[in-house]
Amino acid sequence: MKSRVWLASLVAVAAAMPLAAETAPGDVTYVEGAVPESLSGSAGDADAGAKIMTTNALGNCVACHQIGAMPDVPFQGDIAPALDGVADRYDEAQLRGIVANAKMTFDGTFMPAFYKTTGFIRPGDAYTGKAAPEDLPPILSAQQIEDVVAYLLTLKE
Amino acid sequence: MHSRTTRNLAAAAALGLALAGSAGANPVDETLEVTTDDGTITLTTTAPAPDHLKDAFDTIYSGWHYRDTETRNMERDDFDNPGMVFVDIAREKWDAAIGKNGESCAGCHDGPESMAGLRAVTPRVDATTGKLMIMEDYINTCVTERMGLEAWGTTSKDMKNMLALIALQSRGEIVNVAIDGPAAEYWAKGKEIYYTRYGQLEMSCASCHQDNAGNYIRADHLSQGQISGFPVYRLKDAGLVSAQQRFVGCVRDTRAETFKAGSDEFKALELYVASRGNGLAIEGVGVRH
Ligand code: HEC
Ligand code: HEC
Repeated sequence: MKSRVWLASLVAVAAAMPLAAETAPGDVTYVEGAVPESLSGSAGDADAGAKIMTTNALGNCVACHQIGAMPDVPFQGDIAPALDGVADRYDEAQLRGIVANAKMTFDGTFMPAFYKTTGFIRPGDAYTGKAAPEDLPPILSAQQIEDVVAYLLTLKE
Repeated sequence: MHSRTTRNLAAAAALGLALAGSAGANPVDETLEVTTDDGTITLTTTAPAPDHLKDAFDTIYSGWHYRDTETRNMERDDFDNPGMVFVDIAREKWDAAIGKNGESCAGCHDGPESMAGLRAVTPRVDATTGKLMIMEDYINTCVTERMGLEAWGTTSKDMKNMLALIALQSRGEIVNVAIDGPAAEYWAKGKEIYYTRYGQLEMSCASCHQDNAGNYIRADHLSQGQISGFPVYRLKDAGLVSAQQRFVGCVRDTRAETFKAGSDEFKALELYVASRGNGLAIEGVGVRH
């Protein structure tokens, strides 16, 4: 009984521990808003990124941004600049910085920080309305940020 | 321009609706005339912004102006307004001898018409208790102290039905909540909450309903977040939604820990939000989707 509990908690700790090459949200260094190195230590997958950007519970980027390259996605919002051609306007490091924490590039912006875990007022547990757990995860994981960046890099005019 | 067309096409395809080619981000320029049992009345759904809001808006609009044609039309005729069913249920409750000693609302207040005007000036600081009261507080004071019952839940069916009945008695009356005198401190607190960016998404009420009113966040046409139409019948929920309940939903959507419906924070917020609508008419029971 006792050893089972031990095992379970060991597994939980292992799962919560970032891979060696991963940069935790609190350890990201922004250089004028930009982040040169991959947050996960791996390359991103553009197809996975596209999915994250259009999924409500994940990036939901289309809530605010229009993306002409995604004509099948209904109800794209018009709150923020359209993302068409965004890879011509920013390089990879800049895009990574904007997706991870847009506030570092655009002071006070409405755009949420997707790779940030502290500094919130009354943070919640996702969309439950309940208080956030002690170890609030970022909205997107390091690899998901990389996937989104990989997709954004395909948006050339 | 191009992207607007994309939206319309996509929306039309998804909903099978024929959308006007010029559908824009702005509130529709229409008048809300409502057919009632006693004839047709016209409701003031747009007005010059109250002085304290002049730096944000020139004009204030009821949320009615931001909804689609079908939803707007449902509010144009009491017969088509699904919220009216709940008004009828509350009317029965009003007359019923539900109190511990057989008291009824009617026994103390006569008909619900005696409540005319109240909805347009609440939330307010009660002259006798010195406390900020939302309508739910007034109702629960009677339910507990005068009828000897357990308090009704802030967002319970009984409560929301009664809110609808009482609001309807002020239909057409112009919102005019006091923000000075004893209300000033509550108002200031509500205002602070309105502009605080809560949750993991770091969004305030103002982020959506002031800075982005008229824009689309995904499929939702953002209104100014006025509460003159509340309680509203919400098609999505197939039921009544009170202002307190709506606040819970909006704060939850910022990935925040919400305040509770009926909390001091949300009472102050309701006063502040109501004051942003000073000048609009109470709609009784609005219809939203
Ligand atoms: C709630 C609204 C919102 C959401 C959700 C959102 N953004 Fe943004 N985004 C903005 C706003 C507003 C700006 C403009 C920056 C500014 O001036 O504040 C912006 C700017 C950007 C830019 C720079 C665009 C340019 O041309 O300057 C990129 C790239 C971007 N966002 C990507 C994303 C991605 C990727 C996601 C999802 C993972 C996302 N955004 C989600 C609101 C949002
Ligand atoms: C993330 C964006 C967002 C934030 C932040 C937000 N809301 Fe909303 N709110 C919405 C959307 C979307 C709707 C539905 C469409 C509409 O009426 O604007 C809505 C609707 C409302 C309505 C109903 C209006 C009507 O006529 O039916 C009220 C009232 C309201 N919000 C108040 C608030 C208050 C108060 C806050 C802050 C505590 C707030 N909202 C924060 C997105 C938001």
